Amino acid sequence: MLMRSVRHFVSAAAVCAALIGPAAAATPADTLVEAWQIDDIISLDPAEIFEISTTEIAGNTYERLIGYDIHDVSKVFGVVAEDWTVSEDGKTITFKIREGRKFASGNPITAADAVYSLQRAIILDKSPAFIVSQFGLTKDNVKDKIKQTGDYTFTFEMDKAYAPSFVLYCLTSSVASVVDKKLVEEHEANGDLGYEWLKTHYAGSGPYSIRDWRANEAVVLERNPNYSGTAAPLARVIYRHVPETATQRLLLEKGDIDVARNLGPEQIAAVSANPDVKLAQAAKGTLYYFSLNQKNPTLAKPEVREAMKYLVDYQAIADTIMKNLGEVHQAFLPKGFLGAVNDNPYSLDVEKAKALLAKAGLPDGFTVTMDVRSTQPITGIAEAVQGTLAKAGIKVEIIPGDGKQTLTKYRARTHDIYIGVWGPDYQDPHTNAQTFASNPDNKDDAASKTLAWRNAWETPELGKQVDAAILERDGAKRAALYEAMQKEVMATSPFVVMFQQTEVAAVRANVKGFELGPSFDNNFVAPVSKE
Amino acid sequence: MAAAFGRFVSTLAATLLGLLAVTFVIGRVIPIDPVLAIVGDRAPAQVYARVRAELGIDLPLWEQFWIYCTKALSGDFGTSVLTTNPVLVDIARYFPATIELATLGTLVGTLVGIPLGVYAAVRAGSLGDQIVRVLGLVGYSVPIFWLGLMGLLLFYANLDWVAGPGRLDVAYDYYVTPVTGMLLVDSLMQGQTEVFWNAVSHIVLPVALLGYFSLAYIARMTRSFMLNELSQEYVVTARVKGLSEARVIWGHALRNAAVPLVTVVVLSYATLLEGSVLTETVFAWPGLGTYITSALQSADMNAVLGGTLVIGTTFVCLNVLSDLLYRLIDPRTRR
Repeated sequence: MLMRSVRHFVSAAAVCAALIGPAAAATPADTLVEAWQIDDIISLDPAEIFEISTTEIAGNTYERLIGYDIHDVSKVFGVVAEDWTVSEDGKTITFKIREGRKFASGNPITAADAVYSLQRAIILDKSPAFIVSQFGLTKDNVKDKIKQTGDYTFTFEMDKAYAPSFVLYCLTSSVASVVDKKLVEEHEANGDLGYEWLKTHYAGSGPYSIRDWRANEAVVLERNPNYSGTAAPLARVIYRHVPETATQRLLLEKGDIDVARNLGPEQIAAVSANPDVKLAQAAKGTLYYFSLNQKNPTLAKPEVREAMKYLVDYQAIADTIMKNLGEVHQAFLPKGFLGAVNDNPYSLDVEKAKALLAKAGLPDGFTVTMDVRSTQPITGIAEAVQGTLAKAGIKVEIIPGDGKQTLTKYRARTHDIYIGVWGPDYQDPHTNAQTFASNPDNKDDAASKTLAWRNAWETPELGKQVDAAILERDGAKRAALYEAMQKEVMATSPFVVMFQQTEVAAVRANVKGFELGPSFDNNFVAPVSKE
Repeated sequence: MAAAFGRFVSTLAATLLGLLAVTFVIGRVIPIDPVLAIVGDRAPAQVYARVRAELGIDLPLWEQFWIYCTKALSGDFGTSVLTTNPVLVDIARYFPATIELATLGTLVGTLVGIPLGVYAAVRAGSLGDQIVRVLGLVGYSVPIFWLGLMGLLLFYANLDWVAGPGRLDVAYDYYVTPVTGMLLVDSLMQGQTEVFWNAVSHIVLPVALLGYFSLAYIARMTRSFMLNELSQEYVVTARVKGLSEARVIWGHALRNAAVPLVTVVVLSYATLLEGSVLTETVFAWPGLGTYITSALQSADMNAVLGGTLVIGTTFVCLNVLSDLLYRLIDPRTRR
């Protein structure tokens, strides 16, 4: 009896195997499928979006007032805004909205939507709100400061005469996306400005609309039929959450996905030998650095800070662990930013470092801990740095942890050395200058918690320079101010900036027009087509 | 009967309360700041402070626990930070994917494991027995995620016999409306045979893997139970009475070994339900294991607690089920 059922089972299994056959290995012709780690998404509301993957999705689905050329960041142009004029005192910008454009819902885009979107971001006051509120806007005054003056015009009033490029770059960030006022208001509940609804829904006017978000699973974009620009060639774009990078490579080489976004250096090297796969890459604003907590008296010695900068084998790491993933860069402004310093004065020099340590009264080195997020390439860089620091007698004990765990410690200023990444919030130099060079209040409960604060580095003079630079209206003079700041920070700060990230995506050869932009939010999929 | 039911309820309540308390405390002492999961690294201090207050984590620990328990009693497990859905909604969505995988895995493990175990016991010491024992040892000691990756490389990448990670090819997404959440069931119910076969081609490998894992355990236990039974006097008696060898083995010995085997199978099922996290990661399988792991990494405690409760409840229920089956198979235990 049982033997008979076993026989049945075996033959049934054989039939199944025959029916399954070879796996279909191609994505649909009208769909782009990207494998990506998208477990950082917590909201789709542009007023709240602040994570890497959501920012990219917003960039493909929402339009902002202003955009910039991804091949030349200095070229700023209007998107929803047609043009703008700055008042004589430099404190008010008047925007004119393009007429005749529509949201995905079919509602027309007017000045009311732009005003509502900006006011909403300030009132909701979520993580990225400061990008707009730093111009002196608060919940109480925003309705007076951002005012509609006609169907297609509005004014944006600031507390000081900031450098116009600074303001405009801030308005290119995802927090300044224009949302469909009418649609959002229909879903408002208890005066929440539609927040609960927009967290998981869509109200924009970009080339694609968001059809679905399944947390830790997928985001599905669909071509927006009401888009005012050139219609996207592909009907759908799917971001699939694939956490394992080895799995991403497998899926890509099998043709089950079109793009793999998180491959490591060896995987990139391996897939680039495959004629069906090509690489897309772009220098990103993200910097890899490690920093020394100045609460630790040893690390607070100026000679120790300087010695650390001579104890990293920048080029060796760039050629191995960071191969295809980044290049040596030691200033706090990434390449491509206004005033960025691109010469890299430091290289591995153990003797010089030893001399500096001896001068600091530490000829035999010392022991210190480093909090390291357990993810590549961070772990690899940390281990390499550990090796070169040891050459001067500095013993580093690596404390591995989950990203949120190491960050929790960093924010609480209880680390010795923290190694990590920093990405600018918008394309203006102020974003990084502020965080690396300004620390207006070094108390534990300070309101402003910049990176300088996190490392307890007091910067009274530099802070003044940071504040002055945003008011400099002459572009060349402004650039010179940032250059000076970077040189000062490079020489004296507890930050050892090492690399600027290169983002690499491995793409199937039949995919055309796939390009990565300089920032997270301009990896545009709208031009992509398939052969 | 009423007493048995009462006992069941009180066991369940005590287990869940214990689980809750332990998970809750672990969640609060781990050095991860849940606020960061919401506001991100770059949020200004006032936003950070406001979210902290919204989450209620500035309250004393006992108060937070009390609030959580009273809410949970009314069926409100809070909202997940990661998915922004109510935790119950998430569980309803992720658990069926895990159930589908674990049920099929256990089925394979049982249907293959028991005959193998019986065979090994009957032929104890033979080459066949050695092979079964090595198979069991490998299945029990080799890391399951490694086997998963190797399986993918061989059967998906090289041989093209099965489909890759995920539950479906992208092309078949959105054809089936979730009813039970189990794709195989839903696609059949809705007459989508093409989707069904695609789902089968995706699930075959992870099921084979989990099946192997559970087979290794079930075969080993079957072998030892059977060896024990085969040395009993009643087996000798049965043989003396002239019963066929098949009848002795399958009808008598296995019948007696079935009682403890039920517990083994149920336990193995429970293990697959709670422990297929790594398999789910390798196969990008959106199940409860993946859900709880990513929640834990972000200190998304509502999700972790909700998921833990579901697993705890399932565990207790499966234990009760194994008790009931026990009584059904062996009437002596009813008394």
